Amino acid sequence: MDSSTNFMGKFDIVVIGGGHAGIEAALAPARLGLKVGIFTITLDGIANMPCNPSIGGTAKGNLVREIDALGGEMGKAADATFIQSRVLNLGKGPAVHSLRVQADRVKYHIYMKQALEREPNVEIKQAEITEILTDESGAVSGVRTKLGGYYDCKAVIIATGTYLGGKIHVGESNYESGPDATLPAKALTLSLKQLGISVRRFKTGTPARVHKRSIDFSVLERQDGDEHIIPFSFETKGELKNQVSCYISYTNSETHKIILDNLDRSPLYSGRIEGVGPRYCPSIEDKVVRFSDKPRHQLFIEPMGLDTDEYYLQGMSSSLPEDVQLNFLRTIKGLEHVEIMRPAYAIEYDCCDPTELLPTLEFREHPGLYGAGQFNGSSGYEEAAAQGLVAGINAALKLQGREPMILDRASSYIGTLVDDLVTKGVTDPYRMMTSRSEYRILLREDNADERLTPIGHEIGLISDERYERLLEKERLIAEEVDRLEHTNVAPGASLNEYLVESGTEPISNGTTLAKLIRRPQVKYSGLVCADKNRPELPDEVTEQAELRIKYEGYINIQLKQVEDMRKLEAKKLSPDTDYTKISGLRLEAAEKLQKRKPLSVGQASRISGVNPADISVLLIWLEKKRREEHGGN
Amino acid sequence: MSTTIAAISTPVYQGGLAVIRMSGENALLIADRIFVGKTRPSDMQGYTCQYGKIVREGRTLDDVILTVFRAPHSYTGEDTVEISCHGGVYLAREVLKLLIENGAEPAPAGEFTKRAFLSGKLSLTQAEGVLDIISANGERELVSARAMRDGDLSQNIHSVAKEMTRISGNLAAWSDYPDEDIPDADTSHLEDDLVEVEQKLDDILSGYDKGRILRQGIDTAIVGRPNVGKSTLMNQLLGYRRSIVTENAGTTRDVIEESVRVGDFVLKLSDTAGIRNTTDPVECIGVDLATQRLENAELVLAVFDSSEEFTETDREILEKIKNKPHIVLLNKSDLTKKLDQEYFSNENILSVSANSGSGLEKLPEMIAELFKLGGSSDNAEIYINERQRSQVSKAVGFVKQALAEYRSGITLDAVTVYMDEALNALLELTGERATEAVVNNLFERFCVGK
Repeated sequence: MDSSTNFMGKFDIVVIGGGHAGIEAALAPARLGLKVGIFTITLDGIANMPCNPSIGGTAKGNLVREIDALGGEMGKAADATFIQSRVLNLGKGPAVHSLRVQADRVKYHIYMKQALEREPNVEIKQAEITEILTDESGAVSGVRTKLGGYYDCKAVIIATGTYLGGKIHVGESNYESGPDATLPAKALTLSLKQLGISVRRFKTGTPARVHKRSIDFSVLERQDGDEHIIPFSFETKGELKNQVSCYISYTNSETHKIILDNLDRSPLYSGRIEGVGPRYCPSIEDKVVRFSDKPRHQLFIEPMGLDTDEYYLQGMSSSLPEDVQLNFLRTIKGLEHVEIMRPAYAIEYDCCDPTELLPTLEFREHPGLYGAGQFNGSSGYEEAAAQGLVAGINAALKLQGREPMILDRASSYIGTLVDDLVTKGVTDPYRMMTSRSEYRILLREDNADERLTPIGHEIGLISDERYERLLEKERLIAEEVDRLEHTNVAPGASLNEYLVESGTEPISNGTTLAKLIRRPQVKYSGLVCADKNRPELPDEVTEQAELRIKYEGYINIQLKQVEDMRKLEAKKLSPDTDYTKISGLRLEAAEKLQKRKPLSVGQASRISGVNPADISVLLIWLEKKRREEHGGN
Repeated sequence: MSTTIAAISTPVYQGGLAVIRMSGENALLIADRIFVGKTRPSDMQGYTCQYGKIVREGRTLDDVILTVFRAPHSYTGEDTVEISCHGGVYLAREVLKLLIENGAEPAPAGEFTKRAFLSGKLSLTQAEGVLDIISANGERELVSARAMRDGDLSQNIHSVAKEMTRISGNLAAWSDYPDEDIPDADTSHLEDDLVEVEQKLDDILSGYDKGRILRQGIDTAIVGRPNVGKSTLMNQLLGYRRSIVTENAGTTRDVIEESVRVGDFVLKLSDTAGIRNTTDPVECIGVDLATQRLENAELVLAVFDSSEEFTETDREILEKIKNKPHIVLLNKSDLTKKLDQEYFSNENILSVSANSGSGLEKLPEMIAELFKLGGSSDNAEIYINERQRSQVSKAVGFVKQALAEYRSGITLDAVTVYMDEALNALLELTGERATEAVVNNLFERFCVGK
């Protein structure tokens, strides 16, 4: 190919894919001053939600808040386009509170497309990338498109989602396709394999979309949004309103019978699908087979947006033939006359082995090449966006000659997600959950700004003004905690009345407000009767003051764990380390370490097959090396 | 280094004295709690010792000499206490146990030496030796841990860990899938479940030493093709006829075990069935057992018949033992030699006659060479035992705390902090992590997801 005629331009960073990972991966570096080209097979697929148009949920809501706290876009987009909002797990404790919204799918797409269009340093290109170009050293140097053009660049972020090698299955039919009837990316996989990247195959699925007029809402359970709406973004102000309701129904024995009778027509059970599906997102046929003793399975009937009559059937993903889908859906209460608009399907796609990545999401063996989202073996819009942000920020920092941003497990769910992916690897598409974080009392939705906004500011994605606001908030919280710790209250009629009402002991001697707040049953707001000099403070301040006091003991336990963990995290290991040369390491450990090249002793300790004796050996080896380098004895 | 570690630092099956060493910032404080003498250990000068008693709950365990080393003037560079007590496994273990009950952690292999090196007490040239000790002992601990995995105690701990994983799995489903219709995931049984776990863990702790006999010696497997003279060797080492010896290949089918002293070492010998491909179902089981014994052994005595040609099975046996401490015994040295010694690259070769015993006199020397790095299997086993006990005891503490928090009415997300800690204490014994175990449990048991 004649390179002079096909040269199309030059970017610092090329992002392949315009989904949730690609968008954050493009916006962050652009905002840091780098020239970014974002390539997508169709501009109409930018920020598409081919599955449920919902953002947040358990642990995922936390990811969205963290993305926002670091200066990402997802939270703002969700706030601008949601049609119903709920906090899940209210009453179960602050560590598991989870914001979840139903978004307007089309409006979300428009919002994100505009966010990219209005970013001066971003160029959006509709093109299929077929090849990643590298220089003699193996570093990324450019990309080539299907039309033969090529672009120079210094870094490439792969965020191909289910487009890469995409293949859709519905019953006995299957065809190569991206999500929602888009073209698949067929050539890039070969280019990746030629670079020596391991490629594997995962699958996921989505349920049918049905017409609103064919649903009998009168017989369904309704689920409304919250009265008081909390936004995702720490910057969103002003009134927020719910505009729709969601509905609940259940499958029954008749539904299950139809599914079981037609299992032989499912590509999953007949072996036509080779990809590994997620454990947490089973198709309805999986649920019926694996949990055969369950008499019914729940489904949510949710609107796709305000300007459409399409409804989404959460819980009913399937790859059974269309006629079977129609038959079993019509056995469900409220769906007796349902009209399917888009059938459910399973989709297989190519992805990498994330243990080939550094915690910056750069390929260890391919400088300048990054991965994010489903390509890295995860699943979910929020997980994708979080990785896009990490890859985008790190690609930018590297090009600017700055230190990488590595978020450890105690800093955030984002850090936990990345560490799980690159250190432990995945066997099925990875979904974030609160149970995956050992530090969940520290990693709450409500304090994402406190945890990450200083980092976002340091990087340059958070304005000075927003950072100042955070510092002011922190100051007010500390002041209020201090005041509560030092304000004495005497036993009084109204206070004791409140205490008894809340189900706790009245007081007979003076105590402090903080001591009362530590009682699980007592609320900050309830103590107003005994707190004469309480200052006027924003809710976000008093909420934090209350949590810090009430959960102080638990927070301190976790802080101690964090301290221990960070000691090993601080012992850095060079990527050039030759583990086969370290005497004393067991063979298995040496092999694993040689392959994974962890960046710290802490990361090494989380690799399966590396045991405490191996960690001792590493610590001694490090000390020996240090002394040798300093010429000591 | 924040933890204080303790271990028996003398080989447990030798000598009239045993030394228990404890090092770390709380070493003196812990010694104060168990030692009764003229002055408290924490008031003693460095490099001084004193006579006194080790006391548990008012009762004297042993008369001892306690020596204090003050940081940085000790082997590890930390405050260190050494307790010389009367020899024998029992006393030394009781003293160690008492230290652990009072806040010390059982020291893994090479931990003292590691600390000594990291605090600059050992020279660079000594570092290689440190690495070798850690890896040799680590390997030994792995072997011991594997051997103990099937024991009742490990099984009991495992079953409680499983139960706790299930309880946490419930809570995970409850918190991660709030919108799902999963009746099993309710938390109303939490208190009862935790009380039951607490009870089981308490039982494990209180019954810890009952009926358990400390195995002594180096686990040694005698392996080889059928009829190369394994049983004859066993009998020769034991000095009497324990295994039935015939000229028929495949006579030994069961595993026969005996302890024998060879020089300074106690070997726990197991004579195994000859390794060969066989269709005899009973012999087949014997061969499987032999292979398993070989895998768990710390020392392998591989017997070959020097009066016969080298065979494919011989090659397989050599392959199986190559990563284990082993000694090759070329038996039947009294007969005409047909075996080509070229097949054995190993330096530990003895030409012997199991019949007459000739050549076997060099065995102790060779074993000593193989085990020169110290840290016998018994120390490894005591370490694993004490570690199990201390992890179980930590787990009980966290379960009790979880219960107390639950009863206080705090939200369950906070209670799970203690439950995770308890589960981690148990799972650490097998190298698992609570977060992964719980997530896996959740997906196995609950039908969740969109």
